[in-house]
Order: sequence, then structure tokens, then C-alpha cells
Amino acid sequence: MSALSFFGKTRLAGAIAGALLAAVTGSSQAAISDDEIRIGYLDDMSGPYSDLAGPGGLEAIRLAVEDMGGQAAGKPVVLFHADHKNNADLGANTAREWIDRRNVDLIAGLNASPVAIAVTRLVEEKNRFAIVSTAATSALTNEYCTPNHLHYVYDTYSVSNGAARAIVANGGKSWYLLSADYAFGHSMEEQVSRAVAESGGQVVGKARHPFPTSDFSSYVLQAQASGAQIIGLASAGSDLVNAVSTARQFGLVEAGQTLASLMVFITDIKAIGLEAAQGTQFVSGWYWDMNDETRAWAQRYFDRVGRMPTMVQAGMYSSTLQYLKAIEATGSDDPQVVRQHLLQTPINDMFATNGRVREDGRMVHDMYLAQVKSPAESQGAWDLFRILDVIPGDQAFLPLEQSTCKLVRN
Amino acid sequence: MTMIFGVPMVALFGQLLLGLINGAFYALLSLGLAVIFGLLRIINFTHGAQYMLGAFVALLLLRHLNIDYWVALLLVPLIVGTLGVLIERFLLRRIAHLDHLYGLLLTFGLAMIIEGSFVNLFGVSGSSYPIPEALQGGFRLEFMFLPTYRAWVLAAALGMCLFTWFMIEKTRLGAYLRAGTEKPALMQAFGVNMPLLTTLTYGFGVALAGFAGVLAAPIYSVSPTMGSNLLIVVFAVVVIGGMGSIMGAILTGLAMGIIEGLTKVFWPEAASTVIFLVMILVLLVRPNGLFGKEV
Repeated sequence: MSALSFFGKTRLAGAIAGALLAAVTGSSQAAISDDEIRIGYLDDMSGPYSDLAGPGGLEAIRLAVEDMGGQAAGKPVVLFHADHKNNADLGANTAREWIDRRNVDLIAGLNASPVAIAVTRLVEEKNRFAIVSTAATSALTNEYCTPNHLHYVYDTYSVSNGAARAIVANGGKSWYLLSADYAFGHSMEEQVSRAVAESGGQVVGKARHPFPTSDFSSYVLQAQASGAQIIGLASAGSDLVNAVSTARQFGLVEAGQTLASLMVFITDIKAIGLEAAQGTQFVSGWYWDMNDETRAWAQRYFDRVGRMPTMVQAGMYSSTLQYLKAIEATGSDDPQVVRQHLLQTPINDMFATNGRVREDGRMVHDMYLAQVKSPAESQGAWDLFRILDVIPGDQAFLPLEQSTCKLVRN
Repeated sequence: MTMIFGVPMVALFGQLLLGLINGAFYALLSLGLAVIFGLLRIINFTHGAQYMLGAFVALLLLRHLNIDYWVALLLVPLIVGTLGVLIERFLLRRIAHLDHLYGLLLTFGLAMIIEGSFVNLFGVSGSSYPIPEALQGGFRLEFMFLPTYRAWVLAAALGMCLFTWFMIEKTRLGAYLRAGTEKPALMQAFGVNMPLLTTLTYGFGVALAGFAGVLAAPIYSVSPTMGSNLLIVVFAVVVIGGMGSIMGAILTGLAMGIIEGLTKVFWPEAASTVIFLVMILVLLVRPNGLFGKEV
């Protein structure tokens, strides 16, 4: 018998064939890693912010994947998710595990600024890609910018600055600011104060409330006493809901002052109720009832989730779709290749008008000054606001020249 | 305009009144806790969730059965109280002979289950509950606009507190209860059904939480997490007042509301921590609380 038995020869032949095959396909395997496009959705799935993104955001991403036929560049899309519970450690560890064990290509969602900052740093270190749709801090495109992530839907600058300027232009010159006493509230307070002053208005008083607070009666009283025309609320979620309801109970709006909510989502307005929230002005990145395209998509979302989408959920659909389209166009899921393509492609879809991705990772698009309708004006359970004005993207977001992003500073 | 520490006196009166209203609310909530701990030696961590249940049941009754606020005010405490009775009868009684810590853990676990289920069912954003028509609007006082509903909360909370205090301190039933906590075997020997009394008392304490929940529904957003934020403050109030004292809980609740109200004017960022500062000081000087008896 020869040294190699029959089985041995077959095995050897198989091994050589396998090696040849690997050598031949090796070059195209680098184009789409692992022959799959892996998207990991990491967000707050059960905590205080789970309504504005959360499980709904996952459905929005699924819609995008389905609209691409479940594939891009001929490779299937695999979607998985986890709850980071607004905890930076948990978020970073989950992301790390996804990168090391599951070779994730895109991390999406990323609520809560500390989580987004931690994960985008990790993604830069390991050369993957991330699209932050939910976290608010504009620091993500300034001191924490990386060449491996995009900041998609909105940021503290665009909602606060845009709102402040538009409201002052509309006549609201004197302001009283009530902000949540933590990083997010401080940053909003500072940005709004500056925007108001620069547009010719004046901040006549301010107060910071603990985060979270359930009873706002005392702060409402102080706001009333200040005599300011506009009461700016730099809080989010349940704090905002309680502040607006309390302001209503104390007749703040009836007495002539106007509330300006600086960070508000449709889910908050639903929670406050039109009775209490009517007349409140704010800036939004998107609203479901703007045109036929938005309404059609929103209805698809509603049929699955039972609620109308927030701007964040709509943004997740758009960003995932654009990401997959970029892969389709370039044939690669390499982060830098995808990023380059996205930088050069204008974004005009259901979500964004005049959208484009800038060097600092900021997705700039038109924002909208909105006002909450009164109960009499509302014709449906989700007919909650009207759009007063469009704020062009270049005016809404921080100008690129003022960005402290390292990618732009060079 | 007279100023006190840079704040006009007129504005200060408004804040004091608001503080008093909040205090009455704290008093009502801590009363339920004080009744349950003082008399039953159960550390009821479910209190916040039961308060939340009160608000939610009121909301659901309105939404699905069109039951209005006034009926809810009577019905909801009964419903929530019955739930409390069931909890005591089937869960707490089984560990009554063990260390207090087990009761704490059990009620803590229950609170998490209840809140988690509600978050799952209703999301976290919360809903609004309309202020009943008779209580809308307000009074234009010289120093502030006082919503009628807030005045009602003050009256209802104080009224319920006084009623409870009267029941426990001045009636025979209350006497049985107080005696039963010190010498349960003896009371049993005298023919008083101690287990039943314990169950009903727990149910009553929980009903108080439910009542507070209905009162809160129109002014605070009804959300699954509304109780957890408030619970820790209420515990602090009970500790300051003294774990066994009913009147202590009431008076301390009012006092803490006023102190918190003043803090919101002079140092707003500290408003959520000042009660704990007071708690630390009181525990250093009087470990049994201001009105507490030896535990």
C-alpha cells in the first residue's frame, strides 16, 4: 500500500482544492467581510429613553433592510440587537464583544451621549463603522469626532440653536431658562444662551433643576415671576413632560408666556397631551405628517409598532438604507470606503431633505420649526403639530469652520 | 418690596404654599409606609409601585370604562388595597417569622416585577390624566396663581392623614392593632384575629398608596417609573419622622415639603438631596427619628 490510503488521497485532494479556492476567492472576500453585512443595534430598550428609539428603532432598521431585499452587493444582511441600559460600560463591552466575536460591520442606534462616545471611540480603534442616531451631544462631531462614525439625525446644537434663533426672530426676545442639572442640560443652557444673545434676545433668568424631578411647581412659579416672554425648557423625557403639564396647570401659557421645549420628541407630546402642550414651539428633524412620502413610510411603521415614529426612528431607517446603498454602490463594507461614498453622496429620501454628510461626520439636513396644535385643531390621535418654518441645514447645524473636530482642524 | 436673601417676600409665600402642598403629599405617602412598618414591621419597598398602580388603575378605568375621577378616588384604593391584601396573605405571611430583610427583599422584588411589567405593557413615556372639571382653574392670590386642584390635593391629603391618625390612635380597632404589634400572642389569646388584622392593615397601608396615586394622576404624568423616583424620598421622610410614629410621619412629611420648597428657591440644584441631608443629621442626633419610639 502507498503511504497515502484512498481516504488520505481524497483528503489531500480536498485540502489542495480548498486552498486553491481560498486563494482565488480571497481577494473578493475582502470586499464584504465574512460574506455578510452585520448590523448591530445597540440602544436603550427598556429604560427612560426606550420610547423615542428603543424597540421601535429596531423595526425601523428592519424596514430598511427589507427595502433593500435583505441584501446589499449580493450579500445577506444580518441584524442583531442588545440593550445598553444607558450605561457606558455595558454599551462599550457589548460593542467590543460584537466586534471581536461577531465581526460586526455597523453599530447603529447608540442612545445616551456617554454610551455613544464610548462606543465610537472603540469603533475607531478597531476600524468598524457606527451611525449614531439617538444620542444628542454635538460633541460627537467636535471633540469626540472619529473617522469611523456619522452623527445622523440631530444634535443639541441644531435643536437648541435653531429653536432659539427662530423664536427670537418671531418676536420672543426675553427668555427664562430652566435646564436639567447634568451635562446635557448644561450644554443646552450654554448653547441657547449664546444663540439668544447673538440673535438680539436676552436671558433674564435661569434655574437648574435636579435630574430627574417630578414636581416642577416651584420652578414654574419662578419662571412666572421672571416675566420673560419665553420659558426655555432644556430637559428631556419625563422631566419635560412634567414641566410642561405643570406650566399649564399654573396658567403660565394663558397668562401670556410661551413655552419653548428644546429637546422634544413626538412621544413626549403624546405623553403630555395636547391640552397642556398646545402652543409649545420646538425644532424637529422630521415629522410623519409632512408629505406623502413621510406619511406612507410612517404608516408602514405604524402598522408594525402601533405608534407613529419619532424623528430618531425615521432617521434610523434612512441611515441604514443609505449605508446599505453605499455598500451596494461600492461593493465593499470597509468603513473608510463606505464613509468616502457617503461623504460624496447627497441624501434626499423620506427622512432628509438637502442632506449631506460633512467631513466631521455630521449629517446636515433641513430642520423644522414646529408648534404643537391645540386639541381643537387636531384631527387624529397622532395629528400633533404643524410645521411653522424650514430651517436650512447650513443654518441649523454648527458651521464646519467652528467645528473642533480633529478631522477638520488639519 | 421686602426681600429675604434676595428673594421678594411675595414670591417666597408662593413657594412656601407649594412646599406645604408637596409636604401634604409626602405625608400621605409616608403615612402608608409608617403604618405598615410601625405596626407590622414590614419594610414595604413595593409602596412606590403600589402608588404607581393607583395612578394607572385610575387611568385605565377612565380610558376603558369611562369611570371618572371622583368614583376612581373611592374605587381605586379598594382595588389596590385588595391587591395588597393578596400580597400579604400569600407572600408576606409566609416569611413573617424571618428577619426583616427578607420582607425587604420580597417587596423590592415585587416592585421590580410590577414596574417592569408596566414598562413592557405601556412604555416609559407615560400618559396624561385630565384634571376633573370641578377642580380646573385656580385662585388668583396676591402672591401667586394657585390651581384649584393643588388646593384640593392639600385638603384631601391632610384629611386622609388625620382620618388615619384618628383611626389608629383614637379608636378601639386602632388600639387592638397597636397592642397586637407589641404582644400578638396575647391578643390572639384574647380572641382578636391577629392574622386578619395584619392582612387588613397591610391592605389599608397599600390603599393609602393607591389613594395618593389617584391624587397624583392629574398633576404628574402617569408613567410606570413615577413611583420609584418618589419612594426613596418617602423612605427618608419616614426615617426622619421615626419608623413607628404615625403623627411623626405626617408632621415630618409636611416639614420636609416646606424645606424642599425653600431649597428650590435658594439653591435649586440641591432640591432633591436636601431631604437626605436632613435625614443624616437627624440620624446622628436622634437615631430613632424625631418622633420615634424605641424599635
